[in-house]
Amino acid sequence: MTSNIVKLRGDFPIFHAKPDWAYLDTAATSQVPQVVLDVMSEYHCAYRASVHRGLYKEALRVTEAYEEARATMARFIHAASSDEIVFTSGATGSSNMLAYMLERAHNWKRGDRLLTTRMEHHASLLPLQQLAARNNLALEYIPFTKRNTLALSKLEGLFEEPPRIVSVMLASNVTGAINDVRRVARAARAVGAIVVCDATAAVGHMPIDVQALGVDFLYFSGHKMCGPTGVGVLYGRRALLQTMEPAYVGGGMVEDVSDTYAQWRESPARFEAGTPNIAGVLGLAAAATYLERQGLQSIRMYVEALTTYAYEQLCSMEGVQCVAAVPTKNVGIVSLTVEGIHPHDVVEIAARNNVALRAGHHCALPFHAALGLNATIRASIYLYNTKADIDALVRSLEEARAVFGVE
Amino acid sequence: MRAMPGATVCEKGSNPSCGDRLNFCVRVVDGVVVDASFEGDGCAISTAAASLLTEHVRGMMVADARALDEEHVHALLGITVGPGREKCALLAWRALRKCVG
Repeated sequence: MTSNIVKLRGDFPIFHAKPDWAYLDTAATSQVPQVVLDVMSEYHCAYRASVHRGLYKEALRVTEAYEEARATMARFIHAASSDEIVFTSGATGSSNMLAYMLERAHNWKRGDRLLTTRMEHHASLLPLQQLAARNNLALEYIPFTKRNTLALSKLEGLFEEPPRIVSVMLASNVTGAINDVRRVARAARAVGAIVVCDATAAVGHMPIDVQALGVDFLYFSGHKMCGPTGVGVLYGRRALLQTMEPAYVGGGMVEDVSDTYAQWRESPARFEAGTPNIAGVLGLAAAATYLERQGLQSIRMYVEALTTYAYEQLCSMEGVQCVAAVPTKNVGIVSLTVEGIHPHDVVEIAARNNVALRAGHHCALPFHAALGLNATIRASIYLYNTKADIDALVRSLEEARAVFGVE
Repeated sequence: MRAMPGATVCEKGSNPSCGDRLNFCVRVVDGVVVDASFEGDGCAISTAAASLLTEHVRGMMVADARALDEEHVHALLGITVGPGREKCALLAWRALRKCVG
């Protein structure tokens, strides 16, 4: 394992306060390093003002920092230009906005097809499902292989009658599976479909290159990549964003307004109505810079090694059934069930031992239905975790089996 | 945990984020809950609460069953559940309330 990564735990103040905390719930929200808190605190304490408005020096500094943050996020996901980055409230905000933007950008006909996967998080699935319901569209799903990954060999058949939108998450927040979005995007764009990618579970865990992926839109939340909550990014290809109508209207996004008419500013300003989450945006960019400094590929290798260890330790345990992608194609998530014990009970016993896990359907009900499970226990691994965290989890599973007498 | 042929009314309860689902049934004759049962898939706390509640309401007047509140359920369980497990403890009671409400 990369030794410089192991030392990173010390960058996170929460692990000074709780040195023995086995935090294995990053897929719900990650922890935040001191550098991110410092940047946010500096904004509040040294130059807090609104953005894109005032002419005093603090306000100018805010605008400069905010637009620098946009450039940082463009670099972070290899966007062609900063104006392809729209700051949002998070993945859910991005996804809902995008659905309305796409709804207004097309002349929908009854029966037009949307293609997605049963793996999607509800944040990605539900706005599409509602879009389909409002316009009588057909929402269809890419089938799974026997190993619960996307059956991409079936893509050609699915594209015989071209879908208008194809939406596929970059990685699953349940199994950790990294999807071959590049392959899906190439096939989808060849038939003229708009390609959307929810990168929330993948962001911060692997390098993301929107141009190499070939997607039209991609979004994620800041709080899953060591940033603050309540902020996220919607990436959109410039040529598309420039032609689209905003989902929200209000202050800061207009060129001109009369009694009966308003004219929008260029993108991305057009899509950022109202005073944004300024501290959040600055914190998000600080998180991206922090992760870039460690190296996204190094983080990926570290998490992969620890996921391999977790996989070996957990998935061979008596009575444990894993629903996790192989570690080489996994963003660090091992979900599982323990025979004879409800996930909630396992997670509560783990909680007593200072092991933070998540039990439930992880906002992916169609995926759990496809897996034939009501709920799973999820352990998610990130750059501040160690083997000791996994060992603590193994002991908790053993204890749960003892408490419930299923040894 | 069992099905109830001849139930007067059954109501479903679920805690979707936890994956708890149950179906709570009562049979009412002349204003008396003569039988109560549940079926489902849930954690230890939701299952224990449901089981205790079926025993507790059997033989009870419908009006008395309707009057049961959260405190009764906690007293039946005999343990203090944390805020994270409150909805597990009360899942069956919510379904019962719909049955006798």
